Amino acid sequence: MSSATLHDVRLSGAATGRNYFNEEYGALSWFFTKDHKRIAILYLISVSIMFVLGGFFAMMMRIELLTPQGDLLTSDTYNKFFTLHGVVMIFFFLIPVVPAILGNFILPLQLGAKDLAFPKINLLSWYLYMLAAAVGLIVIVNGGVDTGWTFYTPFSTQYSNTHVFGTTFAGFIAGFSSILTGFNFIVTIHRMRAPGLTWYRLPLFVWALYAASIVMLLATPVLAITLVMLMIERTIGVGFFDPALGGDPLLYQHMFWFYSHPAVYIMILPAMGVASDVVAAFTRKKIFGYRFVAYSSLAIAFLGFLVWAHHMFVAGISVYSAMIFAFLSFFVAVPSAIKVFNWTATLYRASVSWQTPMMYILGFIGLFTIGGVTGLFLAALGLDIHVHDTYFVVAHFHYVMVGGTVMAYLAGIHYWWPKITGRMYPEWWARLAALLVFVGFNLTFFPQFILGYVGMPRRYHAYAPEFQVLNVLSTAGASVLAVGYLLPIIYLVWSIWFGRPAGRNPWGAVGLEWTTSSPPPKENFHETPVVTWDAYDYPAMMKAMGESQNV
Amino acid sequence: MSNVTLEQEHPHHHHPFLQHHFEDLGQQHEASTLGMWMFLATEILFFGGILCAYWIYRIMYPEAWAVAAHLQNPTFGGLNTIVLIVSSLTMALAVRAAQLGNRTQQLVMLFATLFFGTVFLVVKGIEYRAHFHEGLFPGSHFTWNEHPALAQKVQLFMCFYWGMTGMHALHMIIGAGLLLYFIFRAWRDDFGPEYYGPVEVMGLYWHFVDIVWIFLFPFLYLIHEVHHG
Repeated sequence: MSSATLHDVRLSGAATGRNYFNEEYGALSWFFTKDHKRIAILYLISVSIMFVLGGFFAMMMRIELLTPQGDLLTSDTYNKFFTLHGVVMIFFFLIPVVPAILGNFILPLQLGAKDLAFPKINLLSWYLYMLAAAVGLIVIVNGGVDTGWTFYTPFSTQYSNTHVFGTTFAGFIAGFSSILTGFNFIVTIHRMRAPGLTWYRLPLFVWALYAASIVMLLATPVLAITLVMLMIERTIGVGFFDPALGGDPLLYQHMFWFYSHPAVYIMILPAMGVASDVVAAFTRKKIFGYRFVAYSSLAIAFLGFLVWAHHMFVAGISVYSAMIFAFLSFFVAVPSAIKVFNWTATLYRASVSWQTPMMYILGFIGLFTIGGVTGLFLAALGLDIHVHDTYFVVAHFHYVMVGGTVMAYLAGIHYWWPKITGRMYPEWWARLAALLVFVGFNLTFFPQFILGYVGMPRRYHAYAPEFQVLNVLSTAGASVLAVGYLLPIIYLVWSIWFGRPAGRNPWGAVGLEWTTSSPPPKENFHETPVVTWDAYDYPAMMKAMGESQNV
Repeated sequence: MSNVTLEQEHPHHHHPFLQHHFEDLGQQHEASTLGMWMFLATEILFFGGILCAYWIYRIMYPEAWAVAAHLQNPTFGGLNTIVLIVSSLTMALAVRAAQLGNRTQQLVMLFATLFFGTVFLVVKGIEYRAHFHEGLFPGSHFTWNEHPALAQKVQLFMCFYWGMTGMHALHMIIGAGLLLYFIFRAWRDDFGPEYYGPVEVMGLYWHFVDIVWIFLFPFLYLIHEVHHG
């Protein structure tokens, strides 16, 4: 039924040689662009720079931890480095990476739209991001900050002599950048879908971005007001959170985690969307249980708002509320597990093609599962008290954030790179990098599970000598991981000039983004597409095309 | 959806205010309306965060809260409430005038809204000035000490007072700036039955800022009873 129309659309956007890259030239045409594709490129460059900066702090910490003595970095410097690593990686890398780069570029294409609903606001969000990054860099140059990325009071308001104000101000601005992205996505998904593109025909990447956008929209303002209160308290010395002045430091933690736990889902939900799209494309199947996967994104967004106090089990909250938060935290694992089971069921008896995006996603599924299941360990009240503030926690959230989000981002950037640049990346090098990332990641973080379980606390630059072997393994892994991350930066840039031309649809994938030329023209589609087929309708497409035109 | 499809058969591609990435004015209007509602949702969470903190301390320190509320001037607060409600009416009439394409009435109503908004800010400024002289600005300026046992907590109340009314006043100032822009556009005769979306969206913002005040007024001025558990 749908195949004829599908075929029509595939032919309608004839390549003309004009695309969003060569439509206009000059720096100003980039800095004042309202084209979502160019804004995605601006984000790609700036977020990548922040990733390298955050990675530098991580690498310095790992080198310090080669030996039990605190010999490379003083404890003060080490405190600043882990704080800056957290601030840079969370606010400037993990939050924007998938939505602001891949989402910005791909979402309007997947919807058959000419742009996001509010192009100027989209550009504004990038400028806010850059302003926040500039404030953050000024802080770093002037001596940094040492509170940890959580800015817990009363240390952050009373005792720290570092640049708490500047850092929280940077976080405040970055928050608005994120709000504007989420806001734009929600309106775009509601109002800009091509004719015939009903909700259940949307790719799951769109559903995931929608769910993440809801969290951005509703959680980030609470962080903003919390940071405002923190800045007021630190500046004029009043007692919102200072017990000596009648305030309550636990209130700060509640308000902070009311944002910062859902923020975890801002980071992982879009990554899950990438996983769904890639799994379908490289198995040539419809995603098993499409509606379950779609609704599980919304369920995660909703339940994610109800679990924040599991970060505070040892902070002095009542044991009854802790029990409720523990229960709800178990509950949020259900929709995540639904996704993992459905991806696995899609893989079952499929002919999986082992291109780079798929390698990353297979790694993602395994690592995210480990990260998620160890999250259940931490949601359990008794065990959490044992491993609280140890490397077990560090390993857990790096399995989710790095093993999950970064792996899926790398999958997505490889999957859509031909669309973004019109060029193929070198497959052999890309597979090598994927392998290095997988091996390096596990070597870095698996030893940290053991270290934490046997009692090594986080956030110290020195440690007991018996922990050295595992720490050396971890640092060795981090070196492999660093090579794995640097390789794509090199070969992807190389491929812009020297890569093989990709053509419209190098993967033979279904989805509106693959029906327009690569790179797409400024207006995305020469004619507004009309959609009459389901998402991931690979069976119909393969029937229509005789056989897969897999390159 | 059906609405959009209908209008697609008669596209208004010639309309000067149709942005290039929308199919028609209907889609553009729906997008901007939904966008404003989404923005207001973030605003609710923004004010909601500090209101939640306010409420927790109100439960912890009911006496100090009642004492501090008595330091506010309910006449000024009440006057400002009325001023804002009237400004919401004039804003709504401005939207109606835009829909009808009545340029004169639209300009009158926008000016009236701007006038009432300014009155609100002037009254608020008088209150701020008085509080400053009474030593009710938190931090090192805080010298109020009628009830030494409660002074610390009264200061906490005043933190919320200045924080919440200050952020509200900031929203009013931004609103006043937007009104100036809309007065310019109304003077240029941009709006009419075909195209009035921006005025409507501006109205949503203005009503929201009013509603925030409708919450702030009783929370900050009208706490009289202290129930001892």
